[in-house]
Amino acid sequence: MSGPKIRIRGLKKHFGPKKVLDGVDLDVATGTGMVVIGGSGTGKSVLLKCILGLIPADGGSIEIDGVDVLKAPRHQARALREQIGMLFQNGALFDSLPVWENVAFGLLAQKKVSRARARDVAVEVLAQVGLGPDVAGLSPAELSGGMQKRVGLARAIAARPAIIFLDEPTTGLDPIMGAVIDELIVDCVKKLGSTSVAITHDMASAQRIADRAAMLYEGRITWTGPAGELMTCTDPVVEQFTHGRAHGPIKMALRR
Amino acid sequence: MNALLDGVAWLGAFVLGIVEYIGELGMFAASGIAHVVLPPYYPRQLGRAFMEIGYFSLPVVALTALFTGMVLALQSYTGFSRFGAESAIASVVVLSVTRELGPVLAGLMVSGRAGAAMAAELGTMRVTDQIDALSTLATEPMKYLVAPRLLAGTLALPALVLLADIIGVLGGFLVATNKLGFSSGGYLTSTFNTLQTQDVVSGLIKAAVFGFVIALMGCFNGYRSRGGAQGVGAATTSAVVSASILILALDYVLTQVLFVK
Repeated sequence: MSGPKIRIRGLKKHFGPKKVLDGVDLDVATGTGMVVIGGSGTGKSVLLKCILGLIPADGGSIEIDGVDVLKAPRHQARALREQIGMLFQNGALFDSLPVWENVAFGLLAQKKVSRARARDVAVEVLAQVGLGPDVAGLSPAELSGGMQKRVGLARAIAARPAIIFLDEPTTGLDPIMGAVIDELIVDCVKKLGSTSVAITHDMASAQRIADRAAMLYEGRITWTGPAGELMTCTDPVVEQFTHGRAHGPIKMALRR
Repeated sequence: MNALLDGVAWLGAFVLGIVEYIGELGMFAASGIAHVVLPPYYPRQLGRAFMEIGYFSLPVVALTALFTGMVLALQSYTGFSRFGAESAIASVVVLSVTRELGPVLAGLMVSGRAGAAMAAELGTMRVTDQIDALSTLATEPMKYLVAPRLLAGTLALPALVLLADIIGVLGGFLVATNKLGFSSGGYLTSTFNTLQTQDVVSGLIKAAVFGFVIALMGCFNGYRSRGGAQGVGAATTSAVVSASILILALDYVLTQVLFVK
């Protein structure tokens, strides 16, 4: 395919008078990893939710494989979104279902396999993220934070999606577990040949899991470049954000 | 002048808020009904909802019906004995239970138990992104979470009320025969002579409507909950209060429609 896997143009979203996304333009090439960075409340999660169709955009276009999902008929948009896997920040595992059913949920929902086969597939995918078959029958509440992330990743990749979204994949994990999760993400995404889009505050993680990075600031993408150059970037907004400086072009509202 | 304008503005916002709430509720109900009818279906979710709403509510509904029938017999005897009309007790108990107390009390008890549980479960799923996760897994949350509960509520409550009718009449029978000196045969004959099919059926129609309302308010409030634990708590309270008020209000409307000629 010649064009980008995901092409976003002029994406807008506001909540009341507050413009959260004010004309976002972003391209994500097929088979590459993109990480979107930005301060808290700048709209990174809103951007993901708009792409996923979880909240309606107010304007602009989101093309996946050249088809605008905002204008596509419902069944076509649904088919496009069936190509997508998502790792949620807090795991978002279904606590009424055992681990294996969480992992195989997408397969069962899309009626790709029988229930018996789904359990076998779930155990295989759990093995890919470093979890043994003994975990399959457990409830999500019985798992540690790191294990929940792994199960969330297993669920995201179980249906072999063409696109994987990762919402703060290392948040709440210790640095070692964060690095382990990052390695798993890179490994799984490479094996599947998928395109990935992550949002994170963790600069080390951003450089590990992505090929390219984009800075979301004041509702727009203000910089894009190789993820490996994040820490050496001279753009004042990116430089202030990646080095965590209190002073610079990014003004944080302080309440005293 | 400013105070007056503020008051008008407040009233306007209040009325708009109510209209918005009713509109959202109507759209939610219509969407829920459409998902009940249209495939795909989730029989496992439906079975689970039946267990939650019907089976696990059985003890509380049975106890409520039993004691209501017993108290009704006692109270009727106290009142009717002043006029020498003790023989009407069986009729009063069976008509009160089947037409009114069975559906209403079962509805209120199920609202407090199953309606609250629905709101809490869906509310927690909302604030922990589980509902969004369903959407990303090619599953329509309204179809997977709401439709089975609406159907189960509509079908399970009539079954519960039928049992409550029997247990409530049994409660009255036990008090009348063991404490008030009625003969078993005479009490039962009087009960069956009074009871008509329409009395039971109309009670079951009420129960079906109440069951739908309980599930609807539980799902609606849980589905739109926001703001973490506090939001889930508020959704749960709102689900029970709104369902209880609607049950009482609809009971009047349905009584008017079904019984008043």
